[in-house]
Amino acid sequence: MISKKDVEHVARLSRLALDEAEIERMREQLSGILAYIDTLRALDTAGVEPTSHAVPMVNVMRPDENRPCLPQDEALANAPERSGDYVRVPRIIED
Amino acid sequence: MQTIHELTAAFATGAASPVTVTEAYLARIGALDARVGAYLTVTRDEALAAARAAEARYRAKAPLGPLDGVPIALKDVFCTRGVRTTCGSRILERYVPPYDATMVTRLKAAGAVILGKTNMDEFAMGSSTEHSAFQLTRNPWDLARVPGGSSGGSAAAVAGGLAAGSFGTDTGGSVRQPAAFCGVVGLKPTYGRISRYGLIAFASSLDHVAPFALDIHDTALLLGATAGHDPRDATSVSAPVPDYVAALSGQVKGLRVGVPDEYFGEGLDPEIERAVRAAVETLRGLGAAVQPVSLPTTSYGVATYYIVAPAEASSNLARYDGVKYGLRVPGKDLIDMVSRTRAAGFGAEVKRRIMLGTYALSTGYYDAYYGQAQKVRTLVRRDFEKAFERVDVLAAPTTPSVAFKHGEKADPLAMYMNDVYTIPASMTGLPAISVPCGFNASGLPIGLQLIGRPLDEPTLLRAAHAYERATPWHERSASLE
Repeated sequence: MISKKDVEHVARLSRLALDEAEIERMREQLSGILAYIDTLRALDTAGVEPTSHAVPMVNVMRPDENRPCLPQDEALANAPERSGDYVRVPRIIED
Repeated sequence: MQTIHELTAAFATGAASPVTVTEAYLARIGALDARVGAYLTVTRDEALAAARAAEARYRAKAPLGPLDGVPIALKDVFCTRGVRTTCGSRILERYVPPYDATMVTRLKAAGAVILGKTNMDEFAMGSSTEHSAFQLTRNPWDLARVPGGSSGGSAAAVAGGLAAGSFGTDTGGSVRQPAAFCGVVGLKPTYGRISRYGLIAFASSLDHVAPFALDIHDTALLLGATAGHDPRDATSVSAPVPDYVAALSGQVKGLRVGVPDEYFGEGLDPEIERAVRAAVETLRGLGAAVQPVSLPTTSYGVATYYIVAPAEASSNLARYDGVKYGLRVPGKDLIDMVSRTRAAGFGAEVKRRIMLGTYALSTGYYDAYYGQAQKVRTLVRRDFEKAFERVDVLAAPTTPSVAFKHGEKADPLAMYMNDVYTIPASMTGLPAISVPCGFNASGLPIGLQLIGRPLDEPTLLRAAHAYERATPWHERSASLE
């Protein structure tokens, strides 16, 4: 079971502004899903190495050289708010 | 309905023209897609321009290859330069990518005619396409039913004759399951076989680019045109791309086919079990050596997946913050703006998975959930490795049920359980294909799933092709008229 407080905490971590009805629905649904997921705990995995990827992966390197890239105007074309060559966001640093 | 190889053969002799065929598909979309809802965006002008260019090449006897002039559809998860790409989400409703995904670049270079972008579950999270923020998609075999998901629009487009072939993405079954529901072929290649550069990410250790087609020959062509190493995708594999069409020998004599016991248990529709067992007998009749195998961790697949995929999604979707692109809802400070933007821009299923993933990764729960899931993933992989010591391919159902009705699976967990047979091959990155293997009493399609060894698409396609040649299922098509 997951509490209302847990849901509010996770919503904050997730940067999701949920309303009261959503929080309650989320609490119910996540509790149901987590109860099902908890069946995994029954499996003995002592000494089993974790798999993070389907195929064995190693770091992929390339020379650190300048290459053609997206022009600034195109990179900024989808920005919700723009100021010159920058994206604009609400003030972060206090006066 | 004409296959891709039939179309290009007709283009080569002059019996058909890419422009006329493209116009016919566009007319059919105009007349019928209001009922199916496969497309979110139709790129008429771009399609006709590409068709005209293809036609000129055929006239000059210099076509670009086996996809030149072929009208195809793309799930709205692939970035297309200058063409809106929504991922089925309000948060990207007005997003116009400044670049093409590598697979789009390759399709264009092969002369393919892109008809448009298809509907999908938001951020590819779902098994019915009902989680699209924009519209319902209907199954061409029965408009009251879902096409499956998340790539439901691309599956319905091929099944409804609204595209000659299409592409979707398969993370937990999102191409194989809709292929089964819509009576077409869907192939999830080996992890890393097709570049994901320009694919909007959901769960990066599980996302695969995957084609839909009317038959195996077409599937081989679509895979061949898009597979191969891409320096822009660090997870793409560098193995050379074989000639997949050349692998279609029609021969399965001596092929060792394993039938996993755990895929025929409780919850499987008896009509599906009958059709799949009959398909296995067909393969045996063609000379395959059939034997039972066991994949004991199968029943833990869904629970494992619903930790791993949401965990990765919660991280991947952190980029939707209303800053660089996409929706922005104003707020009193930066965090408030981000939180309001995400609350307004994401639908219920996406929020659920972000929450689930964030929870599973949060302090105090990480080892119990994410850590345990990664270990179980190892056990699932070992099951397959052991089975593939004795057999060459595995044969199983693609789904436990046929296409369900809209609104039938309102409970999230009930929807998740529909992925029970497709998830294991997703978590292990193994190539897997869904091939039509019959119809239930109501005339709804059933899919046979074949799973192969890593990068052994040639054997997988060969087995599927031999089965297809021996059975009539691919000849039947849905009627929208």
